[in-house]
Amino acid sequence: MSDQQLEKLVEVKDLRISAYNDEKEEIQIVKGVTFDIYKGQVVALIGESGSGKTTISLASLSYTKPGLEFTGGEVLLNGEDVLTAPPDRQREIRGANVAYLAQSAAATFNPAITIGEQVTESAVLHGILTQEEATKRATELYHALELPNPDRIGIRYPHQVSGGQLQRLMAAMALCGKPDLMVLDEPTTALDVTTQIEVLKAFKKVIREENSAAIYVTHDLAVVAQIADHIVVLYGGEIMEQGSADQIINNPTHAYTRRLMDAVRPKPVAGLGTAVGEEHDREVPAVSVDNMTAGYGGIVNGEPAITILRDVSVDVKNAHVVGVIGESGCGKSTLARVMAGILPQARGTVKLEDQELEGSLNDRKLEELQKIQFVFQMADTALNPKQTISQILGRPLEFYHGLKGKEKHAKVTEILQMVELPPEFASRYPMELSGGQKQRINMARSLAANPEVLLCDEVTSALDSIVGANVIKLLTALRDKTGVSFVFISHDLSTVASFADEIVVLYAGRVVEQGPTDEVLEPPFHPYTRLLISSVPELRIGWLEDTMQKREMAVGIAKGVEITAVGCPFYNRCPMGIEGTCDQQSPPIRELEGGHQISCHLTIEDLKDAEKHTQQILHGYEKLEDASLKPHG
Amino acid sequence: MMMQMALRRVWIGIATMFVVSVIVFIMTSILPGDVAQIVLGQSATPETLAVLRRELGLDQPAYVRYFMWLGDMATGDLGTSKAGGAAIADLIGGRFMNTMVLAGLVALISIPISIFLGLWAAMHPGTWLDRTVTFGTLSTISVPEFFIATLMVLILAVNLHWLPSTAMLRDNMTFLEFMRGMAMPIITLVIVVSAQMIRMTRAGILNVMSSPYIEMAILKGVPRGRIILRHAFFNAIGPIINVIALNLAYLVSGVVIVETIFAYPGLAKLMIDGVQTRDLPLVQACAMIFCGTYVILILIADIGSIVSNPRLRHPK
Repeated sequence: MSDQQLEKLVEVKDLRISAYNDEKEEIQIVKGVTFDIYKGQVVALIGESGSGKTTISLASLSYTKPGLEFTGGEVLLNGEDVLTAPPDRQREIRGANVAYLAQSAAATFNPAITIGEQVTESAVLHGILTQEEATKRATELYHALELPNPDRIGIRYPHQVSGGQLQRLMAAMALCGKPDLMVLDEPTTALDVTTQIEVLKAFKKVIREENSAAIYVTHDLAVVAQIADHIVVLYGGEIMEQGSADQIINNPTHAYTRRLMDAVRPKPVAGLGTAVGEEHDREVPAVSVDNMTAGYGGIVNGEPAITILRDVSVDVKNAHVVGVIGESGCGKSTLARVMAGILPQARGTVKLEDQELEGSLNDRKLEELQKIQFVFQMADTALNPKQTISQILGRPLEFYHGLKGKEKHAKVTEILQMVELPPEFASRYPMELSGGQKQRINMARSLAANPEVLLCDEVTSALDSIVGANVIKLLTALRDKTGVSFVFISHDLSTVASFADEIVVLYAGRVVEQGPTDEVLEPPFHPYTRLLISSVPELRIGWLEDTMQKREMAVGIAKGVEITAVGCPFYNRCPMGIEGTCDQQSPPIRELEGGHQISCHLTIEDLKDAEKHTQQILHGYEKLEDASLKPHG
Repeated sequence: MMMQMALRRVWIGIATMFVVSVIVFIMTSILPGDVAQIVLGQSATPETLAVLRRELGLDQPAYVRYFMWLGDMATGDLGTSKAGGAAIADLIGGRFMNTMVLAGLVALISIPISIFLGLWAAMHPGTWLDRTVTFGTLSTISVPEFFIATLMVLILAVNLHWLPSTAMLRDNMTFLEFMRGMAMPIITLVIVVSAQMIRMTRAGILNVMSSPYIEMAILKGVPRGRIILRHAFFNAIGPIINVIALNLAYLVSGVVIVETIFAYPGLAKLMIDGVQTRDLPLVQACAMIFCGTYVILILIADIGSIVSNPRLRHPK
């Protein structure tokens, strides 16, 4: 579409926003940014963390985060400067003219108020609609956003619906008052790949139907390619480049844009990882879990009240990285918690170098504790804010190795070097460090124990792609140097593909597929593995539409994880499920070469047959014309 | 889920009462001298003591006496005062009413004032108004209650002659006379109990105000008053209910100093008198009433917190 025919909605002119430090010195956060938004257009602001993208987007609501100030320029909405509007008018702009959608719907919905009241509140308060009209419109939006039970979801509370549903409900909340502009701040970043597709699809549909304009803030170019008309590339509070989505994606001119493109997570395919050296090979696995069942609540006859993991067997070889993938709620973290002894298993065994371990942390010996260390997802909450880095790293040194004084100090410096941080950091506090640096300290604390196995639970998920990639590089180097093994839990398939030696695919608490990375990422696939891989967005305009046309996606995306005791848990989302078999009997484990296992009722031949179909789904746009590859029947 | 949790709290409350009854019984048993000795005083001979002990059941083993006492308490028979010979239920009855009236009036005034001031301070953090409230509450928390009471007497009774310095309650007082009589203890106690409740309300609300859902409400253009009342208050209510309950329990059992200063005939003062005259059954009965008040109020607060949690009220 050509810009001349459209009406200008927002003009951001030379916008400047600053923070002031303790010495009252001005720190420029946004340094003169200019761009326009036309009616019905989605403008994406992209950049790394610290690029000022969220700050700029909030300016359209005449809002700054505490500590920031508007220092220049204007933001015209329908010709009116929102920055200088009086407080009452500002309040009207927020909600009535511009609506905001935050990154984490789970935190943004008030837990004490029904969904319906929160969705309609703004429209009713600003006098745009009466309560009845607003409720009616909200129900229409629930229908449009394809939410389950659209007529009744409004009377529920936020904790009663899933994360993906909340994210869509937030879109309903934003749209209810028919705003001129929506601001979407990383609305899919915290979601599973499968949920991300579902939410993106719904957003795109309502934006088109409502003919609303939007600012879409993200660091993920592949997502932007699916939804944006116009892209603004930001770095350090300045615009590097802007243009139509087609131009930025297909012909980027600025070096920084090309750097961002390179940081786009690659499609998870075989051959991305580096092979592990043989010098660390040993006879016995570092950690092995055998036929283990675990869950929450009291244990009766080896069955927990709420079973999460069922009959899980996993070996972690020495100096290997075992990637554990699956959607949220599949039991990934529970597996690590059982290995660490935080959650004792109900049945089965956990072994460390062929020695059986007690289920509970309290019964394990000191050296067993020392050999298995946990790295938690959020460095912010895992590091004590009142302790210096030297105290944080010194504690495991003292506890496990009895180091004191100079010796301890020397070791702290050595560990800081291992995670590529300068020795001066020892005297700092966690809040003085950046997100990536905190995550390094978080890992350094576990490394200080000198473990055999590190259990990493989503350690790169909260970091942006460039910082995350550096952390992975560091982990690989550590593995090669020290021979430590990793259990690497992540919902990010690309990272796992580039880092893990072996992959375990967990679904609803069961291992559906496991084996060497290159085998797991090559056909034949378990249908669930294929769904996960197909859901990773590609940096290609039109990918979302193409993908959603596949039958597999339609079936797989519509439903969520349900933990079942009977049959194959994936049955209700599987495009190839066999009624009477898959829903009744537990699937057999099918052995392939190289220790590759798939747990499925379909034979390897069936799966390979479906593989032609799979190829089409994975690279559908390339091979659609090739008649020979069309599925049989 | 919610019912289960509430029932669990009720059971814990009942168990607590039992444990306290045992402690009260043991503590009063190990005090030197028993009731028989107090009643007979210096003139007691071993024979008369033995006879009276048999009459009162004091020669039975301790656990039998305990269960007899517990049985009587549970059926509402608080026994007879061993010192005066009057039925304890009658002795306590009037005092209990007095205490409840004072506690009730103080609660009626202090709870709305506290929540209002707490919310108001939270709505304008950092302003002179907020600072005044913070400074005032901190001062009254740090100052002992007898000091406040004495100060009130000095200002309102001695210097200004507005109010009587003691709470003389008679029968057939007019409402105005009654309120004038009650005014001094009420004012003192309102000042004492409000401070904590104001601070807790303010802190609870401000804590919630930094949540992402409050920022969302701001970005939806919700006015600040509605943000505090609709979005923040119900998420902060759990700790506020608990502080209110603790302060109410204090009003029933902990106001002995204030009662003494204003010569107010309340329950706490009765218990102190009982201790002085070694009237053990009276002390036991008062102790159990105080304990019961605490258990019931904290039970209500716990159940209130459970009910105010939408996760428990509306399970998945």
